[in-house]
Amino acid sequence: MPVICKARVYSMKALPSIFTLYGMPKRAFCHGGSREESSYNSCKNKIISPTISKDEEYDIAIVGGGMVGLALACGLSSMRLAKELSIAILDSNPALKLTVRFNKDGVPHPRVSTVTPATISFFKEVGAWEYVEKQRHAYFNQMQVWDYSGLGYTRYHSRDVGKDYLGCVVENKLLCDSLLSRLQNLDFKKTIHTCRLISMEFPSQGNPTTTDTEQVHMMSGSPGVVPSGNTVEQIHHGSSIKLVLSDGSSLFAKLVVGADGAKSLVREMAGLTTTSWNYPQNAVICTVEHSVENNCAWQRFLPSGPIALLPIGDKFSNIVWTMSPEEASIHKSMSRDDFVKAVNYALDYGYGSHPQSKFIDGFMHRISSISGQNMASMEEHFQLPPKVTDLVSERMTFPLSLRHAREYVSKRVVLIGDAAHAVHPLAGQGVNLGFSDAAALAKVIDQGLLVGYDIGEVSLLKKYEKERKTANMTMMGILDLFQKAYSVDLGPLNVLRAAAFHGAQFIAPLKRNIVSYAMGDQKWPLFT
Amino acid sequence: MTGASLRLCRSLLQRCPCLSGTSPNCLNPALTSSIMTRSLSDSAAPPAAIQNPEAVTKQSVSQGYGGIADTPRLRSSLNDTEVAKFAAIAETWWDFEGPFKPLHLLNPTRVSFIRSALCRYFRRDPYSTRPFEGLKIIDVGCGGGILCEPLARMGACVTGIDVVEKNINVAQVHAGLDPLTSSIEYICMTAEQLVGSNRKFDAVLALEVIEHVADPSDFVESLSALVAPGGATVISTINRSLRAYAAAIVAAEYLLNWLPRGTHQWSKFLTPEELVLILQRASISVEEMAGFVYNPLTGEWSLSDDTSVNFIAFGTKEIPPTM
Repeated sequence: MPVICKARVYSMKALPSIFTLYGMPKRAFCHGGSREESSYNSCKNKIISPTISKDEEYDIAIVGGGMVGLALACGLSSMRLAKELSIAILDSNPALKLTVRFNKDGVPHPRVSTVTPATISFFKEVGAWEYVEKQRHAYFNQMQVWDYSGLGYTRYHSRDVGKDYLGCVVENKLLCDSLLSRLQNLDFKKTIHTCRLISMEFPSQGNPTTTDTEQVHMMSGSPGVVPSGNTVEQIHHGSSIKLVLSDGSSLFAKLVVGADGAKSLVREMAGLTTTSWNYPQNAVICTVEHSVENNCAWQRFLPSGPIALLPIGDKFSNIVWTMSPEEASIHKSMSRDDFVKAVNYALDYGYGSHPQSKFIDGFMHRISSISGQNMASMEEHFQLPPKVTDLVSERMTFPLSLRHAREYVSKRVVLIGDAAHAVHPLAGQGVNLGFSDAAALAKVIDQGLLVGYDIGEVSLLKKYEKERKTANMTMMGILDLFQKAYSVDLGPLNVLRAAAFHGAQFIAPLKRNIVSYAMGDQKWPLFT
Repeated sequence: MTGASLRLCRSLLQRCPCLSGTSPNCLNPALTSSIMTRSLSDSAAPPAAIQNPEAVTKQSVSQGYGGIADTPRLRSSLNDTEVAKFAAIAETWWDFEGPFKPLHLLNPTRVSFIRSALCRYFRRDPYSTRPFEGLKIIDVGCGGGILCEPLARMGACVTGIDVVEKNINVAQVHAGLDPLTSSIEYICMTAEQLVGSNRKFDAVLALEVIEHVADPSDFVESLSALVAPGGATVISTINRSLRAYAAAIVAAEYLLNWLPRGTHQWSKFLTPEELVLILQRASISVEEMAGFVYNPLTGEWSLSDDTSVNFIAFGTKEIPPTM
């Protein structure tokens, strides 16, 4: 057979010891196609020399088995070509190896996410939403945002954009477990390593610009000439990245995905820099109980920051309350009863009166009625959120910061989720951006495979970066603007904010745009 | 310039056997004057097979590979100045931000045309990971292997030939980095030289090459000789239209500095009609043609019906009735 392989022997004459190591390393992806044996394809390289190294070889290594990392694995598994890739997931959490056991009873965990309809459709596409639906989750179809000054409010209803719901609140743990269950029930080449990443070794750029004919033993008909100066390892593993793990083992991957959160190690090792700043704020999160079921998402802007009350199913709600670090530590340590009182105060009369229906509202309402762009939620007046009756979970505090990677990709490395962009948790958009990243990256990889790309190639990964960077930055800018708009309590600014609220409440196209954008259905906040 | 193109069209019409019985064997005086002969000993490296007789025997036994050494002088469709032009920038083939950036941007679009055309013709599943498994494909004028590597990843058994030795070196080193591409066979020789060795391929590709050769007709004849009966050919080039002049030369070379100045000469471009005729004379019938259009807003290329600037043609070689 293999004329070519014979030819290779001659081309490698100078490197006999290396030859024995050379050949096709075990790669799941190259076994993807049918392998009919005929003289027709006798030209195929069939030398599979005994593998000398026990190091495992993967197409993709996902560092971080959190929501976004697992979402990427699910995303890849649902693609036509990418499902053939071999994938390693690295995370020190031992629970990733266990079979998921859902527990519907008990109090909801305080760490929750508001998933947008865009995220829900992604979960449905990858087949993970059915697992979420079997567990506790809370769809909401209304949202009310108001301002402590009593000057403005805005209510959104899913009917404004012809949808059944605006979003769904789900516990983070449950999102993770759903994705993991989906992966476990799939026939998909994934391996979970429950250990930490210690270091990454990048392939030395096997100088492809060698032109010295002395170095390259030219020979017509000889494939893959090995340039001198390459190590045995490099010849064996091509241009894959070597990942050294905390259990002493190591593996090779053509593409390393950093899904390891805001303090991403992958990002640091790949030398990708970030822009970041801290807000002088902390978020207090906890689960509370009401006497009635809540089906609306509430957000009130207070002088120290916003307080959000999100339905989480049954009679429970989740609180995300942003305030100064000093206040946060006071609120964390105060008695349960005092905390409940403080929450009810903050969601009711605290810091200012309720927004009233004023002359101007009626006037604006009339104008929009004339223009024929009336919407359901315009008729609705300001409502009061349901009273909180009890605190049912521990209170957790988190410092708030914003961090954005200047570049999401470098050769064979790509960042997704918080590793690329950690945002202000306002409006619960952070994780939705991460899920959009995962969906976009899975698609880009699949399209790349369709046209024979090397999946670690920067020019392919740049397509993902281009798609996501602008979208992420827009959302980050908007959230940052909100934060800034509320960090100053100044007369004229208060009026301006109130005007913005009026606009958002009564100008139909603007309102529709805002709702669609927040639901993740449209890419840009306005005029699309 | 318009005069020249008119003349060319007229001469083409005269050449077309169905329109006129006579066929003066010239396409354009400017083009024919640059036809030249090349000896094996100039810039292209002597086939290394000569250095290693054992390898040659092995090859000729199993693949009928031979005869190269016996044909000391071969007519070639090459143009020396064009060869020198590419040798000068060969080292930057795999630099995505370098002189070949436009080609890297265009590549996925070219590959997707080839993928769909070949899958349809050879009845392969376009959504399998290795649709070209077992197909022998040759890329003539492979450069640094930008097209060879994706084809190899799609399962094809790829041969790349180029006359610039530096290109072949770069291509070999780069392909060796990935086990999926290390089986690509790169040879430094012309299509004409390979014809002499009597090798046949299921698909012969020459993308963005024909506008750089001295005689397109001779070049296409050589390509046709490499195609196995019932095999396919894919050729892409730039149209000789005013829009192409504005886009490929004025914009790409002078305004945007995408390509080194002097990369293309407008007079060497072929119109789709001319290409169809040339291919027809080489017993290849064009079955599919598409244009590439560039969207300056997204920076991406896509396939379209508009063949006024860049275009690609897929043709098949008739199976001779005697077979």
